[in-house]
Amino acid sequence: MGSMPVMAVGSVRMGGLNADFWATNGKNLLLALVAIGAFIAVVALLLWGTELFSRLFSDKWRGGIQLFTLVSPVLILLAIGLIWPAVQTFFLSFTNVVRIPDPATGINVDQSTFVWFKNYIFAFSDPTELRTVINTLVWMFVTPILSTLVGLAYAVFIDRAKGERTLKSLVFLPVAVSLVGASIVWGFIMYDFNQTGSQTGIINALIALAGGHPINFLTADPWNTIFLIMILVWTQTGFAMVVLSAAIKGVPIELNEASALDGANAWQRFWQITVPSIRGTLVVVLTTITIATLKVFDVVRTLTQGRNGTNVIAYDMYDQFFVKDNRPLGAALAVVMFIFVVPIVVYNVRSMRKVRENH
Amino acid sequence: MKRRITLPFAAVAVSGLLLAGCSSNNSTTNTSSASNSSTAAMAPGCEAYAPYGQLNGAAVEVYSSITGVEADAMTTVFDKFNECTGAKVKFNGNKEFEAQLPVRVEGGTAPDLAVIPQPGLLQKMVGTGAVVKAPASVEANVDKFWTADWKTYGTVGTTFYAAPMLANVKGFIWYSPKEFAAQGYTVPKTLDELWALTATMAAKGGTGADYKPWCIGFGSDAATGWPGTDWVEDLVLRVNGPATYDSWVAGKTKFNSPDIKKAFEAFGNIALNPAYVNGGLGDSASIISTTFQEGGLPILKGSCSLHHQASFYQAQWPAGTDVSPTGDVWAFMMPPNKAGDPPAVTGGGEFVAAFNDKPATAAVQTFMSSDTFANARVKLGGVISANKGLDLANVDNQLMKDAVAILQGDTTVFRFDGSDAMPAAVGAGSFWTGMNDYVSGKPLDTVLTDIDNAWPSAG
Repeated sequence: MGSMPVMAVGSVRMGGLNADFWATNGKNLLLALVAIGAFIAVVALLLWGTELFSRLFSDKWRGGIQLFTLVSPVLILLAIGLIWPAVQTFFLSFTNVVRIPDPATGINVDQSTFVWFKNYIFAFSDPTELRTVINTLVWMFVTPILSTLVGLAYAVFIDRAKGERTLKSLVFLPVAVSLVGASIVWGFIMYDFNQTGSQTGIINALIALAGGHPINFLTADPWNTIFLIMILVWTQTGFAMVVLSAAIKGVPIELNEASALDGANAWQRFWQITVPSIRGTLVVVLTTITIATLKVFDVVRTLTQGRNGTNVIAYDMYDQFFVKDNRPLGAALAVVMFIFVVPIVVYNVRSMRKVRENH
Repeated sequence: MKRRITLPFAAVAVSGLLLAGCSSNNSTTNTSSASNSSTAAMAPGCEAYAPYGQLNGAAVEVYSSITGVEADAMTTVFDKFNECTGAKVKFNGNKEFEAQLPVRVEGGTAPDLAVIPQPGLLQKMVGTGAVVKAPASVEANVDKFWTADWKTYGTVGTTFYAAPMLANVKGFIWYSPKEFAAQGYTVPKTLDELWALTATMAAKGGTGADYKPWCIGFGSDAATGWPGTDWVEDLVLRVNGPATYDSWVAGKTKFNSPDIKKAFEAFGNIALNPAYVNGGLGDSASIISTTFQEGGLPILKGSCSLHHQASFYQAQWPAGTDVSPTGDVWAFMMPPNKAGDPPAVTGGGEFVAAFNDKPATAAVQTFMSSDTFANARVKLGGVISANKGLDLANVDNQLMKDAVAILQGDTTVFRFDGSDAMPAAVGAGSFWTGMNDYVSGKPLDTVLTDIDNAWPSAG
């Protein structure tokens, strides 16, 4: 009690950075600084050490030794942080884990049994889980196609138009909005629905103004998935537009002029000159957006938490694993998503390499 | 090279700022006791704290889901404890507590004490082997101040781990005494009277726009649906009795058994009847899109007459609302099934589990199970405790006093909130989604089977 006035003065002067702060977060801060210092030291040692070590060998071996020592830390970290958990997930997806509590102390002993494809069969046969898988496929197809189409059309229309930069910025802005932010904006400003009283959501207010029946966008199964997809399309269109616009500018103007002289109209020129010329970029944009779509978690988590048939694998696997403690099923869903994404990633990398070679 | 080095430093600086920003809310513990506690003689008003001894600056973290005003009240209680014992108890409230506690325990950074609001989560934490057995001093307090029921909820297997802390009583039905007086309604004494009153109300109508007798709101972000589980739990306990309730919570009586189905149907008779719901809000479909906080507010506009929610709903009424037995809003307990049935209530509470056996941790855990703690905290308002040492004079209003009387009553059949005690896959998963599906129009048999399917298999 006696020290109270002193401490009060002290805490005013230090603006909250009191002894408590330094005892807890001050320690963390120091630890962070030490960690960063150590990291820099290790990297420096590695670079320097590699150089010294490789000098011991002939020129023939030196390149290989340098490559090995410089790449191995990355490989080790990847193995610990990515490959090993992936292998664990893979094995977990084939098991069934039962937690058996000790009758006296209640401490669990986990008993896992190998159940072959039971979790996978469940994921594709249980109506709720199957719907989740189908929804994910709908997202995968609709989002990239819609964003690319809209982005391409916009890029073509504003190409070399007056104020092109401003027009581009307008469509590109949503790319900078986080998906949670975008979901909240759409969910509560655009899609809001009231059964009674006046409509507070913009779209429903317009529908009501036109004399139509307002729609509950987030519960109108099965169309609600499409309404959620629109949010992602809104944020991805800008990305597609900017990349495609750059590609369109790379199409030689002579080609267009020559075909115009030959009597091709704008529509024919678009399909027969522009699209084939930017085909590689189109594929990259499509596949990049598809991969981004597979990871969609934020929109569903923010607006519906998977209710009314809107669940997707990315949300469900988190929900099963962490919330419902159904880890094997969560792991199986993660593997299913991995299988969905692998061919697209491979195709994406190949197309990207091709685009790069052409330039 | 220069640019590459400055970037991580900038990141550290920013994260440092973030840490500082976060910490300023949490570390509001009193610093007055920090310095010279060892030399301090017993300060005035500290007599009740003598059993905990001098803890000489020992730091104890109490981790909890309690935030906001209620967290400030907890901090105030611990400030006194710190002042008298020289401990440095830090109360750390986090809204993501239920998700973060398992992460912290698995990551090896468990708090000293955790205030766990669900027996199901307590079982899960005990299952990891990280929770230590309650010390004898805590067990002695619980034997002295709580009924055997409450001790059971803090016991896993046959080992007693966690002492109860605060409590809340569910199953209140909020109504407007002014409207009841004007319309000549009386508070129902049995469930049949409640259903009859509902029919009368629907026939007579009300003063507000889109009037229906009941208003219900399930919305609660990722936890949407829980207010529905409270409805069903209250009905199971009253209609089917405590024995069926216990066997249902333990997973022995299935959701699709005739007993439990009956309780769902009793709820469905209200929630799926377009003449009975959802006052001022729409029809059954609006139940999910209305947040639980807004669910009862149409009573104030005269758009509905009845709203089922726990005692904490008192805090939701806007400032200026007359919450009293003759005022704008008040609550009665959901009546028993038949006249003469013993009063039966469901409720919730928190349990204080320890993750190490340091003397300071044990001292704080003992303090939190004492009557000193219950009285100090309840005096600050807004909460109640089932602690028998609680002085009713410290409870801040009549509704809370009634709730304490119910909790302390010898004939009261008290049962813990069923969904909180069920495994998380059901209690925080399929039971919630099942309630949402049911009010969205999914057939009841499918709903019940879906809920049962999520129950973790026993072998």
